[in-house]
This record gives sequence, structure tokens and C-alpha cells, in this order.
Amino acid sequence: MTIFGGELRAQADELIARYPRPRSALLPLLYLVQSAEGHVTQDGMREIGELLRLSTAEVQAVATFYTMYKREPTGKWLVSVCTNVSCALVGAREVFQRAEAEAGGKVTVEEVECLGACDAAPVVQVNYCNYDRLGPDDVAYLIGKLRAGEVPPPARGPKPVPHDETARILAGLGDERG
Amino acid sequence: MADFPKLVTARWDVEGAHTIDTYLAHGGYESLRKALAMSPGDVIEEVKASGLRGRGGAGFPTGVKWSFIPRDTGKPIYLACNADEGEPGTFKDRELMERDPHQLVEGIAITAYAVGSHQAFIYMRGEFLESARRVERAIAEAYDRGFLGRGIAGSGFDLDVVMHHGAGSYECGEETALLESLEGKRGQPRLRPPFPAVAGLYGAPTVINNVETLCTVPHVMRLGAEEYARIGTEKSTGTKIFSVSGKVERPGNYEVPMGTPARVVIEVLAGGVRGGKGLKAWVPGGSSTPFLTADHLDTPLDFESIAEHGSLLGTGAIVVLDETDCVVDAALRWTQFYAHESCGKCTPCREGTWWMTKVLHRMENGGGRLADIDLMLDVGDNILFKSLCALGDGAVSPIDSSIKHFRDEYAQHVKQGGCPLKKDHALQAATPRTGAAASAIRISEVLP
Repeated sequence: MTIFGGELRAQADELIARYPRPRSALLPLLYLVQSAEGHVTQDGMREIGELLRLSTAEVQAVATFYTMYKREPTGKWLVSVCTNVSCALVGAREVFQRAEAEAGGKVTVEEVECLGACDAAPVVQVNYCNYDRLGPDDVAYLIGKLRAGEVPPPARGPKPVPHDETARILAGLGDERG
Repeated sequence: MADFPKLVTARWDVEGAHTIDTYLAHGGYESLRKALAMSPGDVIEEVKASGLRGRGGAGFPTGVKWSFIPRDTGKPIYLACNADEGEPGTFKDRELMERDPHQLVEGIAITAYAVGSHQAFIYMRGEFLESARRVERAIAEAYDRGFLGRGIAGSGFDLDVVMHHGAGSYECGEETALLESLEGKRGQPRLRPPFPAVAGLYGAPTVINNVETLCTVPHVMRLGAEEYARIGTEKSTGTKIFSVSGKVERPGNYEVPMGTPARVVIEVLAGGVRGGKGLKAWVPGGSSTPFLTADHLDTPLDFESIAEHGSLLGTGAIVVLDETDCVVDAALRWTQFYAHESCGKCTPCREGTWWMTKVLHRMENGGGRLADIDLMLDVGDNILFKSLCALGDGAVSPIDSSIKHFRDEYAQHVKQGGCPLKKDHALQAATPRTGAAASAIRISEVLP
């Protein structure tokens, strides 16, 4: 195994041991591959299969079901714009279109469904950290800063970390931020 | 502003309420001690007598659910906390976890003791990174102070809690899909029976409770069943958080006694419709609950009253549309959501939601026919109650109810060849919402 060698293998073993049955660690292990490879790669899925005694196809079937596993290279900063009704009612469509126009470099933009923060509509996340009540100009400013290597503080909690480090948190290995 | 006694949101204004010291200073973990001094059966009876009903949408009596757990199967008993909040318009669980995470941990501990579970899982929505951070710290603090782990709070009862991050699927908020996902599979629902209480996680007895439900449990124990049941209505007891969003002046979470008139929540607490405009339509419990209109504003917000008026209390997520908003546009956007989130397992839901987006899109964009209105009702009838879970049923709600209350507006779309409100498709998704198959492997990758 080339991806699950050394430290990553130890982390995988730790995650597998956390559950009554090994297969429950499949979602965490997909995040672990995403953290190591930048996205969920074919090799990563094959190695997870070897670790959990599943076929690559079984792992692939799971990986393709969930939108937070990226199967293509994704920017260091993933900007998610909600355009569900509560956000759309207050202009999210324009926010998304502006975000898309400003994307590039280390910033990937995606349109997403309700992020569960509708009191702060339109809602935007950067690597799953919330930025509240953003208009088109606000999102352009945010993306401009990210592209210039600066990370503006989110509405609550510590600043987001790069997409691959975020995947490590989501794998369940702890959130060391702030 | 009307003043109501608060339970689950009482500590939201307390500085540092998310830390264990502040939580303990405000009576934290006293309810757990009280529960541990009782027998598990008595705790279940207390919650039953309180009338507490699930806050995740379905409103099933919590104590009754707990009492279904068999104790003599020889298998472990699991508790799963459903923190996969994703119903459009709903944002109560996120704020509960961010602001008062120990309240949830205490609720989990009491519930686990009542049902005899030594292993609990929190299925945390993947996108809730801040909630996860707060809850994870609360779990660590609770272990450190002996409220989790071996012999919790000085009792002989052991409890471990593991947090599991979801990965972006609305369907995983459905309880059997949640279990599938926790088992490392695609988040698709199971055929019931058997119900999770009998055959849940790994085929073992499992209780699944929503975050707000679990956060209410310590208050039921603190007040006692009788006192708790005095709040709210006879059949919908206690308080409920209503998440108000859309076209209101003060969107936010408001905790009120069950049975509070919708007008109080929308017009007083949330400040009424934005910019003084007229209210056109609202949903009482998220996108899966049928639209109501300005005529229904005096309806009490409880399970029975809302059902009498043709909708559902759902998660208590009130989304408000004003007189300038297009209901066809809103119905289309929510249908795009369901088409995108349908897990694809059951044909009526997978195909029905997809075809509905096509028909609604045609109508909103000027190509609609009058016959399309009844066609949509017919498609809806072929989805409703014909799948393994309620996702498809939820998808029918915005369409059926908007046709019921605003049939003329649909007809105008046909007659005028597009949206009469000239909304320029303000609510439609900007990119294709192509459903469960969207991220699937392209056939060209598989076949030469």
C-alpha cells in the first residue's frame, strides 16, 4: 500500500478500532484519502477496499453517493454557496453567479443545498466554515482575499484550514484549530 | 416582544455556555444525576408521562420509542443521535450544538441509561464543522469530568460516545439511511419492519433521536413529567424551537410553548414580513410540509392544529414568502432539491422528482400547458406513500399544496407564457441538480 503507509496506516487503524465493525470506518477512511491525495482517488478507494476487505467497486459505490467526497482535484479553498429557497429568497442566485465568476486559482466554487443556517441567508461556506449574509460584492471580496492568500475570519469559530486538512478533521482525527 | 419561558435555549445568552464549567454552574448534569438515581424503567416512564414527542419531524412519542427496545436479545443496544439536520429551512440543531453542546451530551447520557445502551454515536452532518468542534470538545470535557466513560457521574453505568461525520446527503437524516451510512454504506433507507428498535445498527436494537429531542430530555427530568406536560397543549407538550427564515425582518430560532399561534412567531418574534409587504405563503416545518397562507396565521403551532389545517409541524422550520414571490418558482427550487437528494433506491421517488422538475421548469419558463397542473397532481399521487421513506412524500408537499392554494397562479403561468410576477427565475438553481446519479461514474469510464 502506498497511500496507507506509515502514519496514515496508523491513523486508519485507529479509526477502524473506534467502531464495533470495521466497515463503519469507510466514510472516515474516504476522508483520510481525501486529506492525503487532495481528492478521493481510484488508488485510494482500492487501498480502502484492501483494508476493509471490500471490493474496489463496493468502496466506489459509497464514495460516489456522497457529495463531500471530491473525485476530481479541488481547490485549497472550497467555496459552497447555498441556493435553496431561504437563501434564494434573499438573492443567493446572484451570490452564486458572482462567486462562479470570481473562482479560479486555489478557489473552487460549488452550488449546494440548504446548509442549515437560514437565519444568516445568503449562506456561504469556505471549507465548511460559515460566512453569514453575503451579497454578491461580499462573496467577490471573500474569494479575492482567498486567491491572494488571506483567510478572512468566518462568522463563528476559528478560521477555515485548507481543504485537505479539513478532510482530516472530518475523518474524525480531531479539530486542532483555535 | 412576547416573553416565553425557555428550556433548551435558556443558556444561549450565557457567556461561555459551551464550556463545562459554565454548564455546571447553571445546573448542568444535575438531571443526569437525578436519572441515575432512578431505575431505567422509571426514567422511560417519566419521559412517557411527559408527552415529549420527537423534534426531528415525525413527532413520535419519545418514551414510547424507548420502551420498544428489547433488553434480552444478548446483543448490544445502540443509541444514535441524529445530528444530520438538512431539512431546508431548519437550523435549530446546529445552533443548539454550537451554543450549548453539553446539554446534548447530558441528554444522550440520560437516554443511553434509560434504554440500556453503552455505546452512543452522534451522526453529525458533514457540513456542520463548527457544531462538530463544539460537541467534540464537550465530549472530551465530559470524559475528563467523569460524565462519560466508565461509571458515569459516580454510577455503575458505562457509556462511550463516538462522533461520526456525514459526507453530504440529506437522505442520511432518515433514520434507517443514517444507520446504513453509519455502517459504511450508501445512505439509502431500509424496508420496515423490522424497525430499528428491534434490528437497527448491525442488526442490534437501536434508538435514534433528534438533537432537539435529546436536548429536551434533561429538562423533562429536571422539571418532572407533570410540570413539563403543563407547558404546551394536551397532545403536544413542552416547548419547540421554530426556525424562521425567508422574507421576515428578524430571521432566527425562537423557542415557544407548543400551541403558540403562528402569527406570534412570524409577526411578533420574527418581526413580520420584510419591508412591510404582505405575506403570501409559508411552510410550518420545512420544505417537506405543505404550504399554508395568510389565512392560516392564527393556527396554533402544534402537531394537531397544523395537521387540521392541512400541513405538518415537521421540524418547525417556518419559511416565509411575500406577495412578490412566485410559488411556482419556490416549488420548482424545492423539487430540484428533492430530485438532487433522492437516493435513487425507489423508482417513484427517483423518477417522479426528476420528471416534476421538468414539468415545473417548463411551466416557469413559458412552455407550460393547463393540463400540466393536473399532470403534476397525478405524478404526485404516484409518488406519495409509495417509497421506503418519506423523502418522496416530502417532495409532493410543495407542489400539491401550492396548486391547492394558488392554482390561479399556475394557470397564469400558462396563459402568459411564463412567470406573471416577472421574477426571472430568482429561486431556481443555477446549475443542474441532476440527482443521485450526478456524481456517479460516467458510462464512458466503464464501457469502451
